[in-house]
Amino acid sequence: MTAVAEAPARAGDAGGRAAGRRSPTTRRLVTTSFVYALLAALAVVYIFPFLISISTSFKSNADAAANPLSLVPATFTTEAYERLFLNSDFPLWFQNSVIVTLAVTVGRVLFDSLAGYALARLPFRGRGVVFAGLVAVMAVPSVVLLIPKFLVINTLGIYDSYSGLIIPLLADAAGIFIMKNFFESVPASVEEAARIDGAGTFRVFWSVVLPMARPALVTIVILSFQGSWNELSHFIVASQSQELFNLTKGVAQLSSGALSQGTQYPLKLGAAVIMTIPVAVLFFVFQRRIMNASAGAVKG
Amino acid sequence: MTTARPAGTAAPHRRRRPGRGIQSGQAAAGWLFITPMLVLLGLFLVLPIAMAAWVSVSDWTGRGNPFGGAASYVGGQNYAELLTGGGLPQRDFATSLRNNAYYVLLVVPIQTALSLTLAILVNRRIMRGRGFFRTAFYFPSVTSSVAITVVFLFLFTASGAVNRVLSYLSVGGPNWINDPRGVLHIVLGAVGVDQPPAVLQSAPFLGLSWWQWLAGPSVAMCVFIIMGIFTTSGTFMLLFLAALQNLSGEVEEAAMVDGTTAWQRLRYVTIPMLRPTIFTVVTLGLIGTWQVFDQIYTGTRGSPGKTTLTPAYLSYETSFNSQQWGRGAAIAFILFAIIVVMTIVQRVVLAERDVVPARKRFYRTGQKGGEPS
Repeated sequence: MTAVAEAPARAGDAGGRAAGRRSPTTRRLVTTSFVYALLAALAVVYIFPFLISISTSFKSNADAAANPLSLVPATFTTEAYERLFLNSDFPLWFQNSVIVTLAVTVGRVLFDSLAGYALARLPFRGRGVVFAGLVAVMAVPSVVLLIPKFLVINTLGIYDSYSGLIIPLLADAAGIFIMKNFFESVPASVEEAARIDGAGTFRVFWSVVLPMARPALVTIVILSFQGSWNELSHFIVASQSQELFNLTKGVAQLSSGALSQGTQYPLKLGAAVIMTIPVAVLFFVFQRRIMNASAGAVKG
Repeated sequence: MTTARPAGTAAPHRRRRPGRGIQSGQAAAGWLFITPMLVLLGLFLVLPIAMAAWVSVSDWTGRGNPFGGAASYVGGQNYAELLTGGGLPQRDFATSLRNNAYYVLLVVPIQTALSLTLAILVNRRIMRGRGFFRTAFYFPSVTSSVAITVVFLFLFTASGAVNRVLSYLSVGGPNWINDPRGVLHIVLGAVGVDQPPAVLQSAPFLGLSWWQWLAGPSVAMCVFIIMGIFTTSGTFMLLFLAALQNLSGEVEEAAMVDGTTAWQRLRYVTIPMLRPTIFTVVTLGLIGTWQVFDQIYTGTRGSPGKTTLTPAYLSYETSFNSQQWGRGAAIAFILFAIIVVMTIVQRVVLAERDVVPARKRFYRTGQKGGEPS
């Protein structure tokens, strides 16, 4: 339809009529500004919840309830943060989250790259079967494994311990995929040269392959960090004692009102803001790579 | 999953030459390298399924070792209780299925459409600030669901930000997270249908009357639905963006030369070419939306009136709080079955739709080609 409408406009152009010039450029301008306006409105919707959390965390309880929309605290106060850090288990939760996240990330980087390398480059009998098993295992939804996982953790005697929090999270089929895909994309000539020079398989892996794999390793680090930092359900079924609470579990408990009286929104939102910061920093530092990684990871 | 095929099969045959020292050394190293992961995956992904399969047909109540005599075999009793029992367990389970079904029904299409829209908007070549918008839309996806839930609970309180905005528009917002009324019941109530017709009251399905099944998502559940769309649209936007960037511009340019409008190009060129990605997004959406747990645990724990109960949360609660481990495990397996069936159904439905137009197109072009000669 518009094609038809455009044709006479062009003809008018050729004829030198002023009205004819309006059409293509103006329409593009209108479309572009419309798209911008739409995007800006959407961006506000997406960003506002984070801005309002930050500002509310610096409000007093009464102010937070009275002015839920204002982005500027009526009276600026750090009361919520003082309570979080001085009068609650929040520092302990934070510490546990850091311990678990670091351990899981290091472990996954090591095991994922080992397994990924073996699947990509080392010919061994049964590799196809192992790979098929990996694909099957990846298809099992994690929430379905919630209770089953508890049964194993309990049977192994690592319930309510750091091992119980960390070790099950090391099982990461998606990470193996990413590493395997990466190793397959790298030409084998460098390793072969090293092998001809007499280096053993592990030495080739450790000193030649792994340093080359830095981009993929960064991807694993990002995904593991984010995954284990944000993990909730596993920690719920793997531990119960207060000393082993991590951020997600602690804040969830805070939120469902088990500990607190009243609404205490500044306190809760302050906790939410703090627990978002490490992931946010990671996100902004590695933004480009995260964008690529998650697209690849979800696909896998 | 699609990336799986090429390497697994081809390489070993090419490499394996029996009797060579390096090769057999590599084979040993291969097993050595993969063993840690095999042990982990076996212990925490495969073994759990086997154990839970046993518990789901047992009467274990959380005391003692369920594999050492503390539980006895009860056959399909746990499953029967959930599907045909007629008691509270069955009603709770049916309620959780209803709640989650409405969640899936609303979240999957909306998030797919929204993420596709965002990707197309952000992908415009002439645009400035693409990076900023991409970041803004993706950021909710990287933050923890617990933090987002806390924020949404605050935004959706009775006198919260959302209702404040609505009041500027002279709309009285509901008491969101505490409102158990089903949306469809509200709509029906507005047109005067307060009482269920007798037909819907009788003949229950899975222990829940049809009137109850047709309640729609509760107002409280709508908060989680909005949140689900908000947090996942960014991830899927990235998938669509990646796909859009992989499309060659040639076809679109050809369409442009043919004098199509931007809308026609989108509708008849771009979207058909994105079909595989749409398929992936719907599949992942279906799998993800049947697993609502974190939000419910953090937010409402099933209240108000059990209208935010989901099978995943019910399974947890039945096991850990009510100590009915057999029933909890049975719920997990039924949920697993639902997810598998849904994925297969979707695969069949979408695949068929994929085939038919292609065939039609073939016939049409065939006829056109045939006409002149």
